[in-house]
Amino acid sequence: MLFGRLSLESLPLHEPIIVATFAAVVLGGAALVGALTWFRLWGYLWREWFTSVDHKKIGIMYMVLGLVMFLRGFADAVMMRIQQAIAFNGSEGYLNSHHYDQVFTAHGVIMIFFVAMPFVTGLMNYVVPLQIGARDVSFPFLNNFSFWMTTAGAVLVMASLFVGEFAQTGWLAYPPLSGIAYSPGVGVDYYIWALQIAGVGTTLSGINLIATIVKMRAPGMTMMRMPVFTWTSLCTNVLIVASFPVLTAVLALLSLDRYVGTNFFTNDFGGSPMMYVNLIWIWGHPEVYILILPIFGVFSEVTATFCGKRLFGYSSMVYATVVITILSYLVWLHHFFTMGSGASVNSFFGITTMVISIPTGAKLFNWLFTMYRARIRFDLPMMWTVAFMLTFVIGGMTGVLLAVPPADFVLHNSLFLIAHFHNVIIGGVVFGVFAAINYWWPKAFGFRLDPFWGKISFWCWVVGFWLAFTPLYVMGLMGVTRRLRVFDDPSLQIWFVIAAIGAGLIACGIAAMLIQYAVSIIRRDQLRDESGDPWNGRTLEWATSSPPPAYNFAFTPVVHDLDAWDEMKRAGAPRPAGNFRPIHMPKNTGAGIILAGISTVCGFALIWHIWWLAGVSLAALLITAIAHTFNYARDFHIPAETVAETEAERARQLAALKGAAA
Amino acid sequence: MSTAPAKTAVADADLTARYYDLDEHDHPEGGSTMLGFWIYLMSDCLIFAMLFATFGVLGANYAAGPGPRDLFDLPLVALNTSMLLFSSITYGFAMLAMQKGLVRQTQLWLVITGLFGAAFLGIELYEFAHLIHEGATPQRSAFLSAFFTLVGTHGLHVTFGLIWLGVLLVQVEQRGLIAANRRRLMCLSLFWHFLDVIWIGVFTFVYLMGMLR
Repeated sequence: MLFGRLSLESLPLHEPIIVATFAAVVLGGAALVGALTWFRLWGYLWREWFTSVDHKKIGIMYMVLGLVMFLRGFADAVMMRIQQAIAFNGSEGYLNSHHYDQVFTAHGVIMIFFVAMPFVTGLMNYVVPLQIGARDVSFPFLNNFSFWMTTAGAVLVMASLFVGEFAQTGWLAYPPLSGIAYSPGVGVDYYIWALQIAGVGTTLSGINLIATIVKMRAPGMTMMRMPVFTWTSLCTNVLIVASFPVLTAVLALLSLDRYVGTNFFTNDFGGSPMMYVNLIWIWGHPEVYILILPIFGVFSEVTATFCGKRLFGYSSMVYATVVITILSYLVWLHHFFTMGSGASVNSFFGITTMVISIPTGAKLFNWLFTMYRARIRFDLPMMWTVAFMLTFVIGGMTGVLLAVPPADFVLHNSLFLIAHFHNVIIGGVVFGVFAAINYWWPKAFGFRLDPFWGKISFWCWVVGFWLAFTPLYVMGLMGVTRRLRVFDDPSLQIWFVIAAIGAGLIACGIAAMLIQYAVSIIRRDQLRDESGDPWNGRTLEWATSSPPPAYNFAFTPVVHDLDAWDEMKRAGAPRPAGNFRPIHMPKNTGAGIILAGISTVCGFALIWHIWWLAGVSLAALLITAIAHTFNYARDFHIPAETVAETEAERARQLAALKGAAA
Repeated sequence: MSTAPAKTAVADADLTARYYDLDEHDHPEGGSTMLGFWIYLMSDCLIFAMLFATFGVLGANYAAGPGPRDLFDLPLVALNTSMLLFSSITYGFAMLAMQKGLVRQTQLWLVITGLFGAAFLGIELYEFAHLIHEGATPQRSAFLSAFFTLVGTHGLHVTFGLIWLGVLLVQVEQRGLIAANRRRLMCLSLFWHFLDVIWIGVFTFVYLMGMLR
């Protein structure tokens, strides 16, 4: 009673791989905690980071979360690649089916919800307020709370590795397999509560950024003067707010089926499993555009900056983004053409899917025309952009191929599909995130990333990607289906071995990336950027120092044109030197991390049916939230003297730089 | 010779004034709150849309169990509906009092709103208990699963609205009708009327049209 379903048997002690991982995590974790304690960093972390409502720090924390979870998700990928490369000729490989099914489910869930989403949200959080000349987001406390709720979801997924099990259903947990009859264990419950808790954070951060972009733009920045990244962020957050509630609702119905015994998605008593598949893809398809749209924005910023000219076709870029936003709601059925909706329904969704490639193609041509006859600087962000264009186009074309219903009947659930969506997600989202990290890192930390290790990482990644996924295209065309653990046909093995080598090359790319970060931090004095504008940027985030002061801009910039900072530089507008005023800012608060911590406990209790703990934590959640509303003193003023000092320091820095140049 | 630098200084000052907002004041606190809350309501509306759609798809799957005609007691539901509609009117009166700055009157209307809301919940719980007693449980059929979830989710929202109302009564008592509290009352007002609109949908779509099935 006291521990619900939780007992010593719940610990996977019979799985040597997990025990070894657990030992490594415990040692690593203990070392980290020990180091933080030894260097007395807990207070600093708590005051300056965990409780911070500064959008810049929250953005960086999102990126760190994404990176950590990326390593976990990639470990899952490597395990699958090795298993599939050796499970031939009667060999069972080294993963039993119970473990293997968890690995491919966890890989998908982690990569989408706890890697791609934190990366994209982190970028938007960091960049959007700076690009629109704002001092923070509309609801700074909610921003902190959203981050911690996302982290709480990630914590639950990680906990499932060592306490109990994760879902063995595939990343979207289709019923009836995910129903209580076929998945009686805790795996699907971990899945449900991790996504529900993280989903609260995602939805709130979507609302927050929409309000920020609509309400807090600098004077003069009309909608059609917004930077493209801000535009794509706006559309992405509209998509988040208009699709995550669908996920919340459908997962709530699945939980009712599992916990209460209702009949939404059951096979009997009138339930309909196909309704789940429809509902989850009504969220799921907009979700892929949630990931890719901001990345399109990144590539637009990078292309314009490194070509040193205005983006070609700004308004067509904006309209293409908006059209994609709308069309993304009209294509969900292409994920299950084989359901049997009939020729007319399939034709409709096949055509809408193909139509989406038109605005996407328009974007590509805009980037290409921007590059046409430009003096392109091939720094790392631009290299990633070119790699994206070459890779993504192939992924887009295989997508159009899959959009043809008769072709889809052949390729449905095959490795061709797996190759397709990795082609667009790695070639699009992941490459874009790396472009963005290389592009905005100097803004966030005041020094550039080391180009040497960055280039090694780049080549390992790009070549590794093609080595890992081309075999999957080939095998998909031969009819090999996804999620298989062992194979009968020995002629397939060579393809899986090639794919595993590709994964190994990607591992080198990741290692080089981590070395790049380490080397850059060690050599930060050589890589220092004092100007705040290392790439000769065009948008307002480059108008302030690197890293920007807490208040971003001492005086809000006034926008007269697209590419506001570029215009300010050409006009030679001097920075204001005096008459600084106190700046109104939000106060830090621990409420976000406390609420998310209680939510984690509540989720854990619900997963393990520890009802008393669920009740207590739910009550605690409510009381803490109410107590927080009694705190009316949420803001303060940065005194004018502090602003004046910071700005004078900045002026000296710029003057020294000018002197050195002259 | 002496005028040239002065002229540049003037031009520079003009340029600075052109590109920076030198006369900026504190932004009013909570300037985005109403917009943000409205967007939140729309996301909540989408959850209800999903539950309505689910009811639309599964609402006729009785699995050889009882249907709407066997279960629904329209006069009771009409009474229930009137409770919620009255509570919306009284919330409106509370807002009128708030606009005039009358603390006591605002609180009084809020209490009356809360009582109507509690009556609504009481009648709903009575209806649920009655259905379950008759064997029409949420587990009985997909129709009943969808019914209990849709109506129950609305009821849960009303419950949270009541808790919020209670908290705001305390905060108005403590600090009066200050700007922050007015903003909060406005948000709850949006929330409360939103639930009313949802209920109109439930009443029409689930109860009235259910009787016609």
